[in-house]
Amino acid sequence: MLEFTVEGLKLSDQKILAALKIQLNPGETHCLLGPSGCGKTSLLNVMAGLQQESIMTNTNGKSQNLWSQQKPDIGYLFQQPRLLPWRTIVQNLQLVEPNKELVLRMLNEVRLQDYADYYPAKISLGMARRVALARCLLLKPELVLMDEPLTSLDLPTAREMRKLIKRLVCDHPTRSMIYVTHNLDEALELGDTVSVLGNTPAEVIYSNSIDNVPREELEALLKY
Amino acid sequence: MAIGRMGDQVIAFVCLLSIWWVIATLVSTPLLPAPAEVFSALSKEWHEQRLLESLMVTLRRVLISFIFAMALGGLLGVLMGRFRLVNRVLDPLLIILLNIPALVVIILLYIWFGLIEVAAVAAVIINKLPNVAVALREGGRMFDHELDEMSIMYRFSFRQKLMHLWWPQLFPYIMIATRSGLALIWKIVLVVELLGRSDGVGFQLHLAFQLFDVATILAYSFAFILVVQLIEWFILQPLDHNASRWQKGGDNA
Repeated sequence: MLEFTVEGLKLSDQKILAALKIQLNPGETHCLLGPSGCGKTSLLNVMAGLQQESIMTNTNGKSQNLWSQQKPDIGYLFQQPRLLPWRTIVQNLQLVEPNKELVLRMLNEVRLQDYADYYPAKISLGMARRVALARCLLLKPELVLMDEPLTSLDLPTAREMRKLIKRLVCDHPTRSMIYVTHNLDEALELGDTVSVLGNTPAEVIYSNSIDNVPREELEALLKY
Repeated sequence: MAIGRMGDQVIAFVCLLSIWWVIATLVSTPLLPAPAEVFSALSKEWHEQRLLESLMVTLRRVLISFIFAMALGGLLGVLMGRFRLVNRVLDPLLIILLNIPALVVIILLYIWFGLIEVAAVAAVIINKLPNVAVALREGGRMFDHELDEMSIMYRFSFRQKLMHLWWPQLFPYIMIATRSGLALIWKIVLVVELLGRSDGVGFQLHLAFQLFDVATILAYSFAFILVVQLIEWFILQPLDHNASRWQKGGDNA
């Protein structure tokens, strides 16, 4: 089991997130819901090993070990695709996995095999997000972090992306995922467990298995 | 489109040449020779094998100075752009270097080290280095933080970061520094040669100046302008075109 604990997060000396613990079984998807600006992206950044300056230390001033065991291999799907605009799609992926055959196979998985030689500026945002998903999966990560990967996509594109995420990540037997969103439908479709962040500084105000979550209760919490 | 642009340039060149020829014919003085006299001087210098030899000597100095100025100035500029502390420490030095007249640097180095090749080239490097540093400092400041994070997450090696992340972001600034650098360096090299070397285009200009031989002065000037223009056409523009292909569209690579 993966276990992540943090004493709190701060941005510009202001505490944005209270102490928090997340536990994940292999193959489990945990959805993190909460309003904009409550620190969800900062939390993912810290989990990924970025934005370390935001971590609040223990009362004794010592930096804490965030992962209960060794830090897992992490693949991070940022909110924006963050592809190198001066490299083609296949070149972007080959920076992560030099084996072109594997790269093309992965492009096939995300249905972009015909766009391998395109530059990122020539494809849509939805396609770029699929490329970013392919790049993330080429790392063969133990844990995938996703930061609102469906934001700014139109409904059919978002639906297609959701299916891809479900097939390639959620249905994987050992690959765990933390999926940040403020869309309840996404959480209910993709997640095995769900946590809701609320209050200021943000803290977990609700956490449960998806099967046990009454939709109305979550909707009420998210309005809060 | 390219043919049209070249056509415009030819027309502009012919117009300038015509105006020059008309004025030279009207004033009729050796101080403003007609284009034909300048061409004749060019031909004479070529056949007496001074032109090519002088051009090669000057080009060698330009090339060495350019490489060192770009490498040292580029490194300095990127470090200053990336690290605030380095910028704070080195900024006063950069301002001093930017404001010292080129002539002062040349004279001082010739006095301190003698009229030697190293002093000549060093003087050119010192004059150009701060301009490169300023251009590349801006490049260093404009690095995309989000792509940096991505490169950390996706475990880019140092070489991958250098070739695929940093170099493409710096390239426009390198091209700006290169173009302004070539223009500035060759002018400074001529001054350096005029003041303290016994070969190169600058030295030939010095000889022609002593004889008030304006035709030869113009002949050498045009020859070197042509060389720099050839560098622009056959090296810099193809490099530029290649590097900015992703910006110019086209369906794919």
